[in-house]
Amino acid sequence: MKYPLTKEQRVDLYYYMKLNRMLEEQMVRLFRQNKIVGGLYSSLGQEAISIGTAYALEKRDWLAPMIRNIGALLVKGFKPRDIFTQHMAKFTAPTLGKDGTSHFGDLDKLHVVSPISMLGDLIPVMTGVAMAGRYLGQNIVAMTWIGDGGSSTGAFHEGMNLAASQRAPLVLVIENNQWAYSTPVGRQVPVKDLADRAKAYGVPGLIVDGNDVVAVYQTTKDAVERCRAGQGPVIIEAKTHRMKGHAQHDPAEYVPAPMMEFWKKRDPIDLYEKQLMAEGLLDARSKAAMEARIEKELDEEREFAENSPLPPPELAEDGVYCDGCHEIAAKWKRPIEDVMPPKASVKAEWLVQGFGEMGEATAADPVAVMAAAGDGNAPSSKAPKNGKKPKSTAKPSKAAAKAGRGRR
Amino acid sequence: MAQVTFLEAVRAGLMEEMQRDPNVVMLGEDIGVYGGAFKVTAGMLEKFGWERVIDTPISETAIVGAAVGMSYLGLRPVAEMQFIDFIACCFNQLTNFVAKSHYRCGMPVPMVLRGPSGGGVHGGPFHSQNPEMYFVHTPGLKVVYPATPYDAKGLIKSAIRDNNPVLFFEHKFLYRRIKEEIPDDDYTVPLGQAIVKREGKDLTIVTYAAMMHTSLEAAAELAKEGIDVEVIDLRTLLPLDRETIVQSVKKTNKLLVVHEDTKTGGIAGEIAAIVCEEAFEELDGPILRVTSLDTPVPYSPPLEERFLPNVQKIAHAARELARY
Repeated sequence: MKYPLTKEQRVDLYYYMKLNRMLEEQMVRLFRQNKIVGGLYSSLGQEAISIGTAYALEKRDWLAPMIRNIGALLVKGFKPRDIFTQHMAKFTAPTLGKDGTSHFGDLDKLHVVSPISMLGDLIPVMTGVAMAGRYLGQNIVAMTWIGDGGSSTGAFHEGMNLAASQRAPLVLVIENNQWAYSTPVGRQVPVKDLADRAKAYGVPGLIVDGNDVVAVYQTTKDAVERCRAGQGPVIIEAKTHRMKGHAQHDPAEYVPAPMMEFWKKRDPIDLYEKQLMAEGLLDARSKAAMEARIEKELDEEREFAENSPLPPPELAEDGVYCDGCHEIAAKWKRPIEDVMPPKASVKAEWLVQGFGEMGEATAADPVAVMAAAGDGNAPSSKAPKNGKKPKSTAKPSKAAAKAGRGRR
Repeated sequence: MAQVTFLEAVRAGLMEEMQRDPNVVMLGEDIGVYGGAFKVTAGMLEKFGWERVIDTPISETAIVGAAVGMSYLGLRPVAEMQFIDFIACCFNQLTNFVAKSHYRCGMPVPMVLRGPSGGGVHGGPFHSQNPEMYFVHTPGLKVVYPATPYDAKGLIKSAIRDNNPVLFFEHKFLYRRIKEEIPDDDYTVPLGQAIVKREGKDLTIVTYAAMMHTSLEAAAELAKEGIDVEVIDLRTLLPLDRETIVQSVKKTNKLLVVHEDTKTGGIAGEIAAIVCEEAFEELDGPILRVTSLDTPVPYSPPLEERFLPNVQKIAHAARELARY
């Protein structure tokens, strides 16, 4: 294992997957009791992706979940009550009842951006997070998810293209659950592996079994490390299957029964449980104890949510604008003197590497070519001091050295 | 005090904010090495470097999206649309992500999106538009549209310092055509306040941007005929300064709204409704509108001339109204 996990961490992964699933089971009951105001989207069978990816992040890192990434929110530090109250539109919810589902976050402490329903839009937003983190010297990684369906949006392309051209520390996880609502992935996209999309941006496209939580963690950790080292964004395709309809109202009759059967046997929690039992990290007793502990916690959290009030109607009028209710202060982790007072040091000119000729610039690995250009204009891993060239890990080509600074 | 053009005033405001606050960064297409299609950002890259003046791909959605992400970490990004017409390409980011962020989850977005707007320069259907009303209809955004160099500098500085997303429209017809003495020092003009540009007693013209100058010209002509016109420059469209409008109507009892935006759904209709709600008894005549035609902006000079309001059209409507 490239990134060894301690016994505690391995059990931790199991705990979060169980928490994720048992939480959603409780929410299905609440939905049937009409206690959930809007829709309910299931991540059944996809828990290993949310958990394994988010587990590879550090506290300082940022994420933006999609609708099926409740598990990632739990790993990042949100409590089950946040999920319950959000779905039940309560005044105690993180959004006070103004938005539902996983549409909430915390900029200050947990570093979670609140998603919107329009798919793909988080990709440029998290690119901006990654760019700002680099500018401020925070050495953070930004992560977000997209489905196979959302990978067809224009925002996906614009965001990934900007992230790659800026070498922003962004990890994009394509959660390929094979269904965009009722349409199978094969009818939406002309490629077998969505990771192939990465080629268009000159970034690595990794494929991982989305039902193997350890594999997901290992792959993501690789991507995160690469980002942290300033080597630019990574796309991970996690292959899995959506085990419920698009939302609770959808019985998903369009999914062929044998396909469902096939994936049922590959349930990520069952698979991981067997592994842990075989390795002696889990047994029937410790499993039952963990389940009882989770059940008790969830009961308390759910009761809190059920006993919470709905928001007062007049709240509808509040908060369209920030009238000084938020103090906005960037957290500088590099000396401000790097940029203040501004030092006139840049010559406004492009030096074009290779003049666009055929040759080196068309080499197989565009990232290497980019690095080889020794491009003073190009975004670097670490915030460079004004006027200094960022260090490139690759050896500059002769032409690049001559040009001094080039632009792809 | 220095004589500056409208464009130089915007640049001065941007430059000063970049200088005083390291959290201000700029991004957009061709804003760095080239200095922007209209050269508004000329000299910025040289002064502030690659990290703070970012040339982006042709990706309006990514430009706005990245600005949102930056603002979430406490930066105050100023994004440029090369022409404001391209704001349609990032409509979703603006109306769904940016505008709703503070309301629905308490995440302020202190960003500015600025760009050249408006017609009269034969730019054709895609380089001449006034798309402000799409956004005035979007709670959570602020929309600013100055008419003078003084206001342009003072308002861009206020926009950057505001904790909310501000769309800043720069009428390109004004960029190099008007000059004004403005202070060299650090002054701001508050968002959300209209200004009475010409006092009068017979009727009120409410207007903004390039049409403010056209309206003043019309007012000078009407003065020769004995019609004393008050001209109000809105400066900010959202939030709208209702009070200044209503106060003026209470004085003159007649209202003409002039804008370069097309008629249906333009702000004139909204202003008429506000005056009917708040000062109906004060009105001595109908509320009239002089606006562009309800068509796309045509390219050929005689067509665009027909499309746009002008001094004659405004004076004609004012004379009609003065008769009541």
